[in-house]
Amino acid sequence: MSPPILAIEDFSVVYRSPDGDVRAVQQVNLELYASEVVGLVGESGSGKSTLAYGACRLLRAPALITGGSVRYQGRRAAAPMEILRMQADDLRRLRWREIAIVFQSAMNALNPVLNVRDQLLDVIHAHLRMSRQDAQDKAASLLDLVGIPRARLRSYPHELSGGMRQRVMIAMALATDPEVVIMDEPTTALDVVVQRDILTQIVELKDRLGFAILFITHDLSLLLELADRIAVMYAGRLLEAGTAAEISGEPAHPYTRGLLHSFPSLRGARRDLAGIPGSPPDPQNLPPGCAFLPRCGYGTERCTSIDMSLAPVASSADPGHVTACPFVLPGTPPPAEPTSHPAAASAGADQ
Amino acid sequence: MSTPQPRSDEVRSVAAERGPLAIEAILLSKDFRLGRGQVLHAVRGVSVGLYRGAATALVGESGSGKTTAARLLAGQERLTSGSIRLDGNPVDLSSRRAFRQHKSKVQLVFQDPFSSLNPVHTVRHHLERPVKLHQGRKTSAEIAGETAALLEQVRLTPPGKFLPKFPHELSGGQRQRISFARALAARPEVLLADEPVSMLDVSIRLEMLGLLDDLRNRFQLALLYITHDIASARYFADEILVMYAGRIVERGPAEELTQHPAHPYTQLLVASAPDPDNLGNALRGGANDSRRRPESPGPAAAGCPFSPRCPFADDHCRAEDPALRRVSDVRAAACWHLDAAAPDVLAQPQGGGT
Repeated sequence: MSPPILAIEDFSVVYRSPDGDVRAVQQVNLELYASEVVGLVGESGSGKSTLAYGACRLLRAPALITGGSVRYQGRRAAAPMEILRMQADDLRRLRWREIAIVFQSAMNALNPVLNVRDQLLDVIHAHLRMSRQDAQDKAASLLDLVGIPRARLRSYPHELSGGMRQRVMIAMALATDPEVVIMDEPTTALDVVVQRDILTQIVELKDRLGFAILFITHDLSLLLELADRIAVMYAGRLLEAGTAAEISGEPAHPYTRGLLHSFPSLRGARRDLAGIPGSPPDPQNLPPGCAFLPRCGYGTERCTSIDMSLAPVASSADPGHVTACPFVLPGTPPPAEPTSHPAAASAGADQ
Repeated sequence: MSTPQPRSDEVRSVAAERGPLAIEAILLSKDFRLGRGQVLHAVRGVSVGLYRGAATALVGESGSGKTTAARLLAGQERLTSGSIRLDGNPVDLSSRRAFRQHKSKVQLVFQDPFSSLNPVHTVRHHLERPVKLHQGRKTSAEIAGETAALLEQVRLTPPGKFLPKFPHELSGGQRQRISFARALAARPEVLLADEPVSMLDVSIRLEMLGLLDDLRNRFQLALLYITHDIASARYFADEILVMYAGRIVERGPAEELTQHPAHPYTQLLVASAPDPDNLGNALRGGANDSRRRPESPGPAAAGCPFSPRCPFADDHCRAEDPALRRVSDVRAAACWHLDAAAPDVLAQPQGGGT
């Protein structure tokens, strides 16, 4: 197997604050291979966007990368590059040309006083050397790519629907033919029909152009269909990672199991929906050991002292299926009493 | 253009099995003037009954008019035509007093808990004000007891911890709980919840819907659950009404409607929901459906509004708008070609369901 196109190793980010550091991302390992879709799922505040932006060095103070490495090896690059030690010039060439980002909330990410053509031309001129005429042709062909009529080149963002704005964002990200596209909740503000259209289009473009996608979302039900591999993030750490089929069929970590029981399904028999009681911990006061313990039905005293490193799931055929919980395996039956651990009782509602 | 005349009264509402009729909308319409002589028909001829203790879901995409319909029911917008009856009496909103009376029985919960609470006021203020406005004269001790009880009802305990907080000190889920508590402070009969969970994390949504369901049950609320997520409507509603371009295009019992959708638009909604059981390939090859277009044409001005996106549309559809027609005892759909679109639904005229 060829080496990963993007390898994040032991990566940590803190937000400095007068009351002490907030550990937003802690020792995360994540690899992205060419033309695959990796889904990164977690609740708001779990650190998933910080991880992705941090890996591209897009974070500003008070965020501080405290350790780890991010290696990029594109098909155009001769040797792997260490993003965390890159000079500003190289970094500018890397961003967008190699790694592009589709930002959250297309409603606000476009410039309201520029029309679609000018926004696309901005990107093209900033990152590619091209004549005016070629750039104009490129802008038009980018709209063709995402299925928006060329007449829309002269439209301003407010004249476009939410779905079209999101498509323009995707067209901008693809302007420079990047190898990696990071998508941060690209469909969150859209309704289901438009969401599905956009996802279908993303898959189509990926198959055609061969870029790899890191897809960030809080909606696991989307990822099960879309992603090849899924990483589950909670309170700054990965709790489980594996193929979409493993995560959906043989989830190991109690948090993943909770997420899988959190969305109502439209097809098949009605399932029992349990959800996950409580809410994520305060990142400034993370409990010792497993941060999910206060909400976990399986929790015991031992959980307060585990080291949270990912280990392969013993019963899984796939060595890439890893979990941070050493006690619960895919075969472990659900807990009889959901609040067996005293810490769970104090979790209450939305602590 | 004439307003269509739905004959939905021939269809029994399954929500009626839960309790008596609380509020009834009869052929509601709302036009907005856009200037230059243009008029937007936001809601057209919508009839719906909400029953005590029952949850009715109003499902549709953004711009379908579902929020406007809720605002009409809440008395926040003036009707262009139609009427509303509350507990059998015609609703009159001509005076401030009448409006306030209507408000104390019909409450709205808004979508965005980040903007629907006033950032400069505490939780205590948000809850005391509706208690004072809607519950008559009370001593300050009674008001304090009432606000504490409200917080307990939405499971924010202990109340003392939350009363002095400002909205920015609360999580999204907690804010939406405050919105629920604020609506309950008026002791309403009818709760209109406009996308109450769509701004929240998936992992928290279920808990919030569970809370809403519990409140509906406990206070016998007539609940209107507005959403674009038809899968959640399957789990939390008795009856589903599907709205497109300002009108109801299909209605029926939640389970039956989601498992055997009759209207081509409902079929599109169901097909668009994420399908976790179908890993990998479901997203490939779905792009050829004529209902999916990058720039989906807006609703047609004449004829069936869905006709520009509908695979079954013919000249009849483009010329004449179908009314809501009875499909079974409990189901109705507005489509000229149900025989082609949903032969399986027509094959069970008595609504046998799944």
